Amino acid sequence: MEIEKASLKELSSAIKTKKISCFELANIFLKRIHEVNSILNAYIHVNEDVLNQAKQLDQNNNEKTNSKERLLFGIPLGIKDMLCTKGIPTTAASKILQNFIPPYDATVVKKIKDHGGLLLGKLNLDEFAMGSSNETSYFGVCKNPWDLTRVAGGSSGGSAAAQAAHLAAATIGTDTGGSIRQPAGFCNVVGLKPTYGRVSRFGIVAYASSLDQAGPMTNSVEDAAVMLEVISGQDPLDSTSSEKPVEKFSDNLARDLKGIKIGIIKEFHSDKIDPEVTKTFNLALENAKKLGAEIIEISIPMIEHSIPIYYLIASSEASSNLARYDGVKYGYRSEFKDLSSIDLDKFYSQTRSEGFGDEVKRRIMLGTYCLSSGYFDAYYKKACQVRRLLKNQFDEQFKSCDVILSPVTTSPAFKIGERIDDPLTMYLNDIFTVATNLAGLPGMSLPYGFSKNNLPIGVQLMAAPFQEKKMLDVANALEMTTNASKQMVTLS
Amino acid sequence: MIDKKIINNIAKLSRIELDEVHAVQYAKDLSRVLEYFNQISNINTNHIEPMTTPLDQEKVLRKDVVNNIYTPEEMLANAPAKAGNLFKVPPVV
Amino acid sequence: MTDIQAQSQTIQAPIYRGFLATIGIEIHVQLNTLSKIFCSDATTFNSGDNENVSPLTAGMPGTLPVLNEKVVEYSVKTGMALNCEIRKKSIFARKNYFYPDLPKGYQISQYEEPICEHGYIYIKLDDKVKKISITRAHMEEDAGKSNHSGEFTLLNYNRAGIPLLEIVSGPDMSSPKEAAEYAKTIRQIVRYLNVCDGNLEEGSLRCDCNVSVRKVGQEKLGTKVELKNINSFRFVEKAIEYEIERQIDLVERNEKIVQETRLYDPDKNRTFSMRTKEDAQDYRYFPDPDLLPVIISESYIEAIRKTLPELPTQRMSRLQADHKLPEYDAAVLTAEKEIADYYDEVAKFCGNYKAASNWIMTDVMREINSDPSKLSGFIITPAMLGELIKMIDSQQISGKIAKQVFAEMLLLKKSPSEIVKEKGLTQITDTGALEKVVDEVLAANQNSVEEYKKGKTKLLGFFVGAIMKATKGQANPDLVNELLKRKLS
Repeated sequence: MEIEKASLKELSSAIKTKKISCFELANIFLKRIHEVNSILNAYIHVNEDVLNQAKQLDQNNNEKTNSKERLLFGIPLGIKDMLCTKGIPTTAASKILQNFIPPYDATVVKKIKDHGGLLLGKLNLDEFAMGSSNETSYFGVCKNPWDLTRVAGGSSGGSAAAQAAHLAAATIGTDTGGSIRQPAGFCNVVGLKPTYGRVSRFGIVAYASSLDQAGPMTNSVEDAAVMLEVISGQDPLDSTSSEKPVEKFSDNLARDLKGIKIGIIKEFHSDKIDPEVTKTFNLALENAKKLGAEIIEISIPMIEHSIPIYYLIASSEASSNLARYDGVKYGYRSEFKDLSSIDLDKFYSQTRSEGFGDEVKRRIMLGTYCLSSGYFDAYYKKACQVRRLLKNQFDEQFKSCDVILSPVTTSPAFKIGERIDDPLTMYLNDIFTVATNLAGLPGMSLPYGFSKNNLPIGVQLMAAPFQEKKMLDVANALEMTTNASKQMVTLS
Repeated sequence: MIDKKIINNIAKLSRIELDEVHAVQYAKDLSRVLEYFNQISNINTNHIEPMTTPLDQEKVLRKDVVNNIYTPEEMLANAPAKAGNLFKVPPVV
Repeated sequence: MTDIQAQSQTIQAPIYRGFLATIGIEIHVQLNTLSKIFCSDATTFNSGDNENVSPLTAGMPGTLPVLNEKVVEYSVKTGMALNCEIRKKSIFARKNYFYPDLPKGYQISQYEEPICEHGYIYIKLDDKVKKISITRAHMEEDAGKSNHSGEFTLLNYNRAGIPLLEIVSGPDMSSPKEAAEYAKTIRQIVRYLNVCDGNLEEGSLRCDCNVSVRKVGQEKLGTKVELKNINSFRFVEKAIEYEIERQIDLVERNEKIVQETRLYDPDKNRTFSMRTKEDAQDYRYFPDPDLLPVIISESYIEAIRKTLPELPTQRMSRLQADHKLPEYDAAVLTAEKEIADYYDEVAKFCGNYKAASNWIMTDVMREINSDPSKLSGFIITPAMLGELIKMIDSQQISGKIAKQVFAEMLLLKKSPSEIVKEKGLTQITDTGALEKVVDEVLAANQNSVEEYKKGKTKLLGFFVGAIMKATKGQANPDLVNELLKRKLS
């Protein structure tokens, strides 16, 4: 069995029938991590204890423990370091959380463990998930396995790169404005952001509470469906998790698109899109038609404003969410020679200035400004109002189409350092992805081709709230029309 | 337009220290970003209720049940400074 | 319309050196739920340092608030008792500021859409009644506790996240007495509702008072000063008294009153400045995206309405109207819920309302040192006191013996009938037996009998006393009188 090409269902069955032990499987991944992580910088913490945990599972691998319901029994996974892991450092790639060891698991992590999954370690990201290139990480940039001079994308760059380089059977990312889908597109992996409320946010370091969702990054659409089954569901610890029942997403995934209406967004046509991206998108569209889909053009005028709405709302929420990092209860505290003579404001501001990186500070200040007296109505409130208009327009359009197909990024992965000094240009990268978060929709990125320079190019699917099954069906059928996701990266 | 006075006020509210160079840089960055973001100011939003969450769902409530599962030691394990089971900070009188 | 409303009449605003005072009060009521407002940590007062702290309370990353249903129930209940409108949809907002006792860097509170609004209560002062408006009452979480120990400040987050209902009055009070009476009335109401223990020393009820003064005849209100965290009703009165004088002094000296927050120092009986409005916080309130709107249905409101107990003013009216108690008695008995409950049980048991009232206001109050909390463990249960009163009414014992029985009950922890039986204290109502005693007494005091017959009728008391002494007080006084009059005529 080729571990790299095996699906989660195949791996799971191999373990349960003892064709391979949990230990062997974990060891294969751990060895690969030791070999190539220093090149990629995908993992920022490796759980060396995983082998012991695998051994224990092997000792307990019987019909009682490895039931069909335990979808990830013995399967080693990587987790974005935005999710709290009990007893394992959790940093959000920020100095301010250095040495923080949570005494609890995020619900997503707990669900993975309940299904028998093993944790290989914690994956790199932009600091507090604020970035589109993984360059704002306190632990340094994560490189793109397809071209080490380029970014893996962000913020879930580590999750995407690790998945592409087969440093885990599957990984978990988080997506606030495209943080799963954009790096998935840059690294040739499937990345899925669930409907807001589908997956519990408990234990996920909060960036922007009304936008954040965790989701899987995998080799295939089917794997993404399996992972979504594992991590979805209402959680008594998260008031904003949905009571909607969780379907068997991976059962009977569709193989054609007969009767499916695919919408394409008029406002997304732009000459700013890289021609190779457009070419790939058009190819996907053609193939969808061949599978029986009907293509209709739809209009969502407010989508042109989604970048401002997104950054105004996300920064406002972030400015409040990150107030807890103050050097009092946990995490980094500035060195004070004589604590008893320090003014309280100085204590806070010195700690926070040293603990946060530039981009995080920029967004905290932007958000503080948007919420401050005299500007609240013009920025935060206004953005929330336009957000509703945007959502209403999506709702309206989903009456006439099942899914929406679009590019996921304007270009393939860009060079490391190319855009880091220009915040606005960096923000504008997210044009295709932020609208789904604002409207709370599910969205996913599907590998669909390569540029002349052999850089991956993905396409994006979006669906109405809680229509993940339909979205996965379309993705599965489309996946069969390309061999992009079967392309293996080789690391020198 | 974010001038130096505004940026220093925001920094103070955010408890972030800014040196002269950074204050100028941030003021410039934020001005440019906000200038671009101002495009939404022309959108008619009269009588539109602000959307603060995408979720269309009623409140979720929990029962009034006590479940003390963490020890004070666990809660203070990550503390930068402590005295017994109390968190320690500069004097704030 | 209740009786108390019928008596409603304007209280003349007192004038202080030619000035009028305007006072509004914010009261933080700690709701006595078992667990905190947004997580399952206990709310017990005397726990060890940081013992009631979970990752959510310590503000750890990724933790999320989930609202305690009891907090909503208690808030709605209180809102109803304060005659408020209950909002069908209310919103939690974040109040952002940095302080070590605030683990998240923001307090979850309510801002634009509080759960209760537009209510009122009546307060009573010197036989007059005044209506005080309630602007709003909103749910929020308490902060932790800072211990300032010289060189450092130490933090205990046990209190962080305990549910509070902040009740905000209109600026309707015009004297320190009214303000204290308002606070007392609120305490009485929340205790009757059993949503707060009302323990001021433990901080279960905390008052912030807004005070301003203006010259008589001046329309515009003066600059208001906030007095924070006052934890006794006496201090509410004292602090406001001091503050009114301080502000008038300033105006008279042509000095500006600074809009600020001041603290009251009970030892020095003065207020001192805490912070001025100049460096006031910009709290950047915005709706908390972690909590969905609280939607309250009509049927929920109706269900809560059915659980509302009889409130103090209603109870006082009932005792006056149905039990025919004097206003004074009714007021004393209903001031504290425990006493009123005790009274109602005794009254129910014996049916003699005035006697029940008298016994409670004198003997019971003396024994519990007027501390109603002692009633729960009080040896003499309402049933025991009721039985005692019944025994007097049925002439089994005299009132005088009853006092003795009451004392024995406390000592022996036994019922009055047992004590009377054991000690042989039953009243002598047997005419034959008593006649014998009367005859003996008259025979031993022939001289006095002569004098009485000559017209010195005052001596009747002497004979009664002698007979009582001979019977150890057990003779039925009515019967003794009757027999004496017969024998001496």
